Amino acid sequence: MFDMNLSDLQTKLLRAARQAPPRDTVPYAFEKRIMHRLASAAPENPWAAWGSSLWRGALACMAVTILCAVWSYSGSRPAPVASTDFSQDLQSVVFASMGQPSEDAW
Amino acid sequence: MDPTDAELIAAVLAGDAARFEPLVVKYQPRVFATARRYARRESEVEDIVQEVFLKAFQKLATFRGDAPFEHWLMRLAVRTCYDFLRSHQRNREHAFTDLSPPEQDWLAQFGAAPDGADDRADAARQLVARVLEQLSAPARLVITLLEIEERSVKEIAELTGWSVPLVKVRAFRARAEMRKILAKIAKDQYL
Repeated sequence: MFDMNLSDLQTKLLRAARQAPPRDTVPYAFEKRIMHRLASAAPENPWAAWGSSLWRGALACMAVTILCAVWSYSGSRPAPVASTDFSQDLQSVVFASMGQPSEDAW
Repeated sequence: MDPTDAELIAAVLAGDAARFEPLVVKYQPRVFATARRYARRESEVEDIVQEVFLKAFQKLATFRGDAPFEHWLMRLAVRTCYDFLRSHQRNREHAFTDLSPPEQDWLAQFGAAPDGADDRADAARQLVARVLEQLSAPARLVITLLEIEERSVKEIAELTGWSVPLVKVRAFRARAEMRKILAKIAKDQYL
């Protein structure tokens, strides 16, 4: 019983859905409700719009400032100095202990 | 003689908001029928239709008049319905064990003799409505537009704002998703 043909079932159910288009009836005076909503929509407050645009401008400025700070910090940091003379480095490491004062020296 | 859509729209854009009402009266049956394909509860349908007309009023200045106003409005309606489906995704989880007795009988009849199951029966309609409710938002939209309303892929692309290849991909996935749901129903019923 379980080996039902799902493709056929899908086709049949979709045909059933096609044969039952939804109603297009409209509730009584629905257009009045829409017009009332449109009329009662609060007129836009110019000060609120001004305030929100100021906030948006401030956020954009802050983002630009942070980006500039990151850029200038990464640009001004001195690059690590790579030693060019390996022999001198080796010499200074090997003889480093000789430059230190001995603990049992008087 | 009744004013044309273009005259009414021009009047609204000129500041006469009351001229929007004849547009609402003219097109609300189509918008209601569209909304009823995606929402079952009448309160949800009314909310969708209201949102469609409020958006239409707010965005009327963006209507360029290249295509009929009805096409522009239906695009808005379909996209609003899609937003509704996406926002109600969480409510999709239902068990199929609660199929009504007529739905179970119809399914049993189909299992025994597929040709004998009447696709005009109320039980078949209830069952397909139940299956559609289980689909993801894009799958439900594309199945409804492509398979039930029998629109072309190009029309669907225009209505939804998706590209033609994306519509095809989503249609393929939607059919697979629907078959998976049907398999689950069949399994729940017979195992």
